[in-house]
Amino acid sequence: MPTNPNAGRLIRRALPVLAALPLLAGCGELIVLDPAGDIARQQGNLVVISTLLMLLIVAPVMAATAWFAWKYRAANTQAKYAPDWDHSTHLELLIWAAPLMIIICLGALTWVSTHLLDPYRPLTSGGSDSPLGPGQEAAAPMEVQVVALDWKWLFIYPELGIATVNEFAAPIDRPISFRISGSSVMNSFYIPALAGQIYAMPGMETKLHGEFDQPGEFTGFSANYSGAGFSNMRFAARSMPAGEFDRWVAEVRASSGQLTRAAYLALERPSEKVPPMYFSAVEPQLFDLVVNMCVDTDKMCAHEMMAIDERGGLGIAGIHNVRRLAYDKFGGRGSAGGDSVLLASGSRYVQATCLAQLDPVKGGLLDPVNVAPLTGAGLSRPATLAAAFL
Amino acid sequence: MTPHPAPEVGPILGRLSLEAIPLHEPILIATFGMVAVGGVALLALLTKFRLWGYLWNEWFTSVDHKKIGIMYMVLGLVMFLRGFADAIMMRIQQAIAFNGSEGYLNAHHYDQVFTAHGVIMIFFVAMPFVTGLMNYVVPLQIGARDVSFPFLNNFSFWMTTAGAVLVMMSLFIGEFAQTGWLAYPPLSGIAYSPNVGVDYYLWSLQIAGVGTTLSGINLIVTILKLRAPGMGLMKMPIFTWTSLCTNILIVASFPVLTAVLALLSLDRYVGTNFFTNDFGGSAMMYVNLIWIWGHPEVYILILPLFGVFSEVTSTFSGKRLFGYTSMVYATIVIMILSYLVWLHHFFTMGSGASVNSFFGITTMIISIPTGAKLFNWLFTMYRGRIRYELPMMWTVAFMLTFTVGGMTGVLLAVPPADFVLHNSLFLIAHFHNVIIGGVLFGVFAAINFWWPKAFGFKLNSFWGKVSFWFWVPGFWVAFMPLYVMGLMGVTRRMRVFDDPDLQIWFVIAGIGAAMIAAGIGAMLVQFAVSIWKREELVDESGDPWNGRTLEWATSSPPPEYNFAFTPNIHDLDAWYDMKNRHHDRPVTGFRDIHMPRSTGSGVILAGISLVMGFALVWHIWWLAGLSLVSLISYAIYHTFNYDRDFHIPAAHVAEVEEARSRQLDAVRARETQAAGA
Repeated sequence: MPTNPNAGRLIRRALPVLAALPLLAGCGELIVLDPAGDIARQQGNLVVISTLLMLLIVAPVMAATAWFAWKYRAANTQAKYAPDWDHSTHLELLIWAAPLMIIICLGALTWVSTHLLDPYRPLTSGGSDSPLGPGQEAAAPMEVQVVALDWKWLFIYPELGIATVNEFAAPIDRPISFRISGSSVMNSFYIPALAGQIYAMPGMETKLHGEFDQPGEFTGFSANYSGAGFSNMRFAARSMPAGEFDRWVAEVRASSGQLTRAAYLALERPSEKVPPMYFSAVEPQLFDLVVNMCVDTDKMCAHEMMAIDERGGLGIAGIHNVRRLAYDKFGGRGSAGGDSVLLASGSRYVQATCLAQLDPVKGGLLDPVNVAPLTGAGLSRPATLAAAFL
Repeated sequence: MTPHPAPEVGPILGRLSLEAIPLHEPILIATFGMVAVGGVALLALLTKFRLWGYLWNEWFTSVDHKKIGIMYMVLGLVMFLRGFADAIMMRIQQAIAFNGSEGYLNAHHYDQVFTAHGVIMIFFVAMPFVTGLMNYVVPLQIGARDVSFPFLNNFSFWMTTAGAVLVMMSLFIGEFAQTGWLAYPPLSGIAYSPNVGVDYYLWSLQIAGVGTTLSGINLIVTILKLRAPGMGLMKMPIFTWTSLCTNILIVASFPVLTAVLALLSLDRYVGTNFFTNDFGGSAMMYVNLIWIWGHPEVYILILPLFGVFSEVTSTFSGKRLFGYTSMVYATIVIMILSYLVWLHHFFTMGSGASVNSFFGITTMIISIPTGAKLFNWLFTMYRGRIRYELPMMWTVAFMLTFTVGGMTGVLLAVPPADFVLHNSLFLIAHFHNVIIGGVLFGVFAAINFWWPKAFGFKLNSFWGKVSFWFWVPGFWVAFMPLYVMGLMGVTRRMRVFDDPDLQIWFVIAGIGAAMIAAGIGAMLVQFAVSIWKREELVDESGDPWNGRTLEWATSSPPPEYNFAFTPNIHDLDAWYDMKNRHHDRPVTGFRDIHMPRSTGSGVILAGISLVMGFALVWHIWWLAGLSLVSLISYAIYHTFNYDRDFHIPAAHVAEVEEARSRQLDAVRARETQAAGA
């Protein structure tokens, strides 16, 4: 599909000026409108396009307000005065139809763009600057698992078997597939340079897809207030060419950190302004354990509970599980361990009674629940959103 | 950070101990000192001038909708000063917390400040202002003598006040919530907020919520049952229409808030797991429920002010309102659609593209009736004779400001745009743009418009204009930088910043806040000067603006019975129509007027509720139980009070009406004299 990147770019470049205060244009970068990733760029363009579309009606209305306010001032006795004029079918038609037209356009734009830019929709091609030809192989997406901790970010690279804290790196021109969860309260995972945000919530998994097309040093952060350490819940987001990324991976692999279950439980305790940390090895399935809130071996995994419930529960025997399902009730953030006496036995709960099909190899875990996106997965995708409309 | 361990619960004082007094916070101690000195001085003055009896008999126990309306406005104004103080504290913190500086507020304090700011501004400023206006104006506009349930009205007011008092107590005893104004779990759950802050939040909103819901029921019944003969629904003044829709929204949505807060209370108090991470609880359920209330809430706030702008535009343009019918239908459409948009507050929680699109598009559809309203005001001005008195100035400022806020709101309704702007300062700028530019500007227009009706003299226009010219540019200076920073990806509720490039923007926003502070100061001066020089500003006609609706047919202030005879309505702008037809005031044939009697029960019930709320916050179980029993007992006792009403004798009515006739004759004589000269 032929694209017209100049139009979008022109608008993007012009907006900081339009947004006024040229004197201050140097103070801070409008990263939302000029990011380094294709998804964020399309989202930024959409901000501009929608605004222009609405200005079609907003600007005339504001001008008319100022004009009428001036023209029909009481001092201007020349202006026509019609005290009992209060209806005009033509005007009524206009004042309902004009906003309706704009909203029909904007609604169509919304429907299409929401599906195209659905964060759950996997990316299959390279970025807009390097559209793939018919014969080219798309780069396979890289999976990154993100866990929002109090108050820092954990990144697990399952294919590479490494993990980092407060530093995220990715090669350019390769789609990234994020699986996102949290350990305690709600946060929102946001790298403005890469793609829009999505919430990181305990016991739940959300997804996000994005791709850097320029190398650079960016910032990511939590965009939802999560407690005292929230302001410093920021991390470095680095995009780099593939070769450099390999060197970065080697650097992480050279570190001595091991992210075992025990190490994770220590890490999830609240802390602030944590400098980047590297782990050269990661407990397999750690992310699934986090989502199911059972990194602590004394806790029952949420999906196991659901499997038990699906089979009608355990009856009286289920009482034994009550403590195992209290993930933070008896020891909130920062005061963990208050309950350890009761759980000191270290034995797992009475699973054998009805869950024969649990996979013993994976330590009792069933496969993660399939939460494939409901829509969007099969759609073909134009190179840029702007191209669909301009 | 060191976690605050939950204190022991004692049998007598519950969790309350001397440690609950924030002696380690010098700002709070200084504030407490000032409040204490000011409070003692006020009490001393009231005692010295022997005003207690007057206040108790004429105001606190009054069931007169006019007095209750004024008390709501006073409550809103007092709480507005508190909420604005919080805003200034945030602006200062954000303007200085750069380059490694922690600013002057620690996280524990700052996080309470932004939570309290939001809670107070919505529940204890905007809601009392809106309820106060409806209380004062609606019965007058429909030709009624009072609301349908006058005692309930008094009780509602005092419940709202009790909620406000509980929030204020949290400033000096214990702490307020550190969760943001909607207190999302799991953060607001007992595991992550083990102390009293969230409990103060819950009980103050529950107590105030009782008042709001009952007041909503009261006004719906009033509007539907007490209209003057001849006033069909399509002859109701537009402000009454918007009030009706607002109160329907209140009655339909506040129970959801009550329920969701009750569920959170159960999680916190008795260990249920509706919204916890434990036992399959779902925090998403809370987020959905709170916004099912929360989105209608913003229309509850703005709709009555749309009514105010309609009345003001029509009055000061000297013209009938353009497109009354489409205005009414636009209001109804907004009312219905406001229930179908709640999910746009959390597109970013992963609902899926089809769900997000649906809620995005329903949100946009609301802008169609809203746009139609704006056009209607525009064409009301068209071919009018616009007098730029203060209410009209605020209205034009609203039209220009609100349009921009509406536009950015529709922008945020486009889900992919919301993904990059959600929770950013762009969002903050947007909702302040509509709430300040819509609700507050509307309240200011309304205060300037109806003040002469309530008190018999106009407000000083010089200080009003000073206030206006600080407020309106001040608003733009304070919030434009937030729009810009939103596009830089700066998120909300931040206490410290890394990027030094941002500081200049926060400094500009701080300057804007200072301008707004000057505007508020000028407004207080305006009130003071106007009261001081009320002889010069006096309006005896009762109709200072050449008004169009029934409230302007009465004297200013109106007699306690409002109308000696219930008027018959023939046209939409009833008073304008009466003036055109040279309607003669009836001056004979008065009858006894049946009126409700004042009662102290509202104050007492709300006072007991306040004690109960405080006891529940601090886990003082014996006191909570005792106050619950007292509350129920007193409510039952009140039902045996048969001294509910009295009659104003016809002779007294005749006396009042004769005085009014003499006043009007004098006004007319002066007018003729002026015309002759």
